[in-house]
Amino acid sequence: MARSRKGETRRRLDILRYHGVGIVGAFLFLAPLAWSVLVSFKPSVEARQPPLPPWPTGGVSTQNYANLEQYGSGIWTYAGNSLAVSAWTVLASVLISLLAGYGFSRFRFPFKNVLFVLIISTVMIPFQSILTPLFLILTKLGLQNTLTGIVLVYVTLQLPFSIFMMRNAFDAVPKEIEDAARVDGASVFVVLYRIMLPLVLPGVVTVAIFAFLASWNEFLAALILLTDQNKYTLPVLMAAVRSGQFGTIDWGAVQAGVALMMAPCLVLFLLLQRHYIRGLTAGAVK
Amino acid sequence: MISKQQPIVGTIRRTSARQRRTQLAGLLFVAPALCLVLLFFVIPLGMAFWMSLHNWPLLGKPRFIWFGNYVRLAQDAQFWTSLRFTVYYTLVVTVAIFAVAFPLALFAEKSRPLIKFYRTAFFLPVVVGFGSASLLWAWLLDVDSGLFSPAAYRLGLTDKQVNLLADFDTTFWSIVIMVVWKTAGFNMIILLTGLQGISTEVQEAARMDGASAWQRFRRITLPLMRRTIALALILSVAGSMLAFDQFYIIADGGPQNSTVTAVYWIFSQSFMSFHLGYGAALSMVLLAILVVISVVQLRLLRNPEGM
Repeated sequence: MARSRKGETRRRLDILRYHGVGIVGAFLFLAPLAWSVLVSFKPSVEARQPPLPPWPTGGVSTQNYANLEQYGSGIWTYAGNSLAVSAWTVLASVLISLLAGYGFSRFRFPFKNVLFVLIISTVMIPFQSILTPLFLILTKLGLQNTLTGIVLVYVTLQLPFSIFMMRNAFDAVPKEIEDAARVDGASVFVVLYRIMLPLVLPGVVTVAIFAFLASWNEFLAALILLTDQNKYTLPVLMAAVRSGQFGTIDWGAVQAGVALMMAPCLVLFLLLQRHYIRGLTAGAVK
Repeated sequence: MISKQQPIVGTIRRTSARQRRTQLAGLLFVAPALCLVLLFFVIPLGMAFWMSLHNWPLLGKPRFIWFGNYVRLAQDAQFWTSLRFTVYYTLVVTVAIFAVAFPLALFAEKSRPLIKFYRTAFFLPVVVGFGSASLLWAWLLDVDSGLFSPAAYRLGLTDKQVNLLADFDTTFWSIVIMVVWKTAGFNMIILLTGLQGISTEVQEAARMDGASAWQRFRRITLPLMRRTIALALILSVAGSMLAFDQFYIIADGGPQNSTVTAVYWIFSQSFMSFHLGYGAALSMVLLAILVVISVVQLRLLRNPEGM
């Protein structure tokens, strides 16, 4: 009796300790995000004061968001740039890796393995070391300082991961499914689109999330390759605001910009968490 | 005999024609990817080396100078300072990340009530970009409008609002803390996959034999997770060696250029001073360092679990 009560107390203490650690940890990781979002809804003057407390004390205001309109060509131009770059990067990454993944998984051709290893091994080369030549090549192609140029660079940087994911996805589909469709006389593209695509859709989603997050958040290449102010993506614009290129730093506006940049990433992750984590662990397990 | 052989020859010829067609189809499927990798990766890589042998201004003719840039690089004090700083940062931040991520992984391993919520909470900063995170922390670290200095002052910990970004040590450690906050969740997930790969039977057997929790961790968990740990370690080292965003956005390389990383120095030589050839030579050195790290990574990952 006494022993079982002791065990019960110990179990309770254990649960208490578990949730104690969990809550403190969760607070530490979530607090900066929450602080920034809460402050972005303070009136501009209040946002200049230290965020103690972080929530707006004098009523909620969208003034900081409105103030973002003052920078350069206005925030919507830059949000539009970021959105266009991300959307095209996602589309192109999915399309190109879908084709390449299918090719590497289902066909035999000369140098297949060499080419596959070549593409995958580009992850070992840091893209930071080839930015100067990229700048010159894009200039030669007339794509320097264009959103198309930066999309092509982002897609290339995503390829090793995307193709690795898609080839694995196709490898997991039994060959018989495809053969049956082929016997019925369907063409390669019809088979790929109608039969294979639904089966590898989880892989496509994973490729799409990673392409979105990478292109939406990328900073260094955008900073170098987009030299015209009205071509900036959100991170480049906000870094310029923070460095004081537009006059005194308006911290309320900066946090509004940060909230604007974080929101799509957080929402997408929370919605598609499973697919994201699968992509993350694919490399770890292999 | 002969009449029977005829159709076989025909079949072979037909298959080889079909084989060639499927070969061509396979190549066509991978062609777009190959073109991109060739144009935006392989060629730039070759060009970077070629450029590093030139005095290459933004405008005007490049001049071939053999290994002149590399000679200059050897005497470039700021480059060596930056490289030393980058290595120092990498060592510190990697240890710090592991010191946080490993306990988190152990905490998040068992499935208990609310564990999904806790895991998600620890992981959320990972999906936010380094740019956004740096802007957020640049504000938190601001002396007048930020959180830390005013809070410390109001709590009576300091007798005035201290500018954390005015001093090397406070700048450095602030950024280390920010990076740990941003990346611990990522390493937690990687380590978690390793932890979950260890069979519970082994742990259970050790417990039966009277091994303490620490002994089980030291003798079973750690050795069995060698590959996962190596992977997380290498990802963290490679990522930190290439650090740029946080030092550029939060500290602008300061105070007095003391937090200029290797990539920052390449950026400033190539795109602020427009010494493109010299910047390419710097890039080649960084690239060599990173490739060595990657090769070590592959070695570690390839070795059998047992050793």
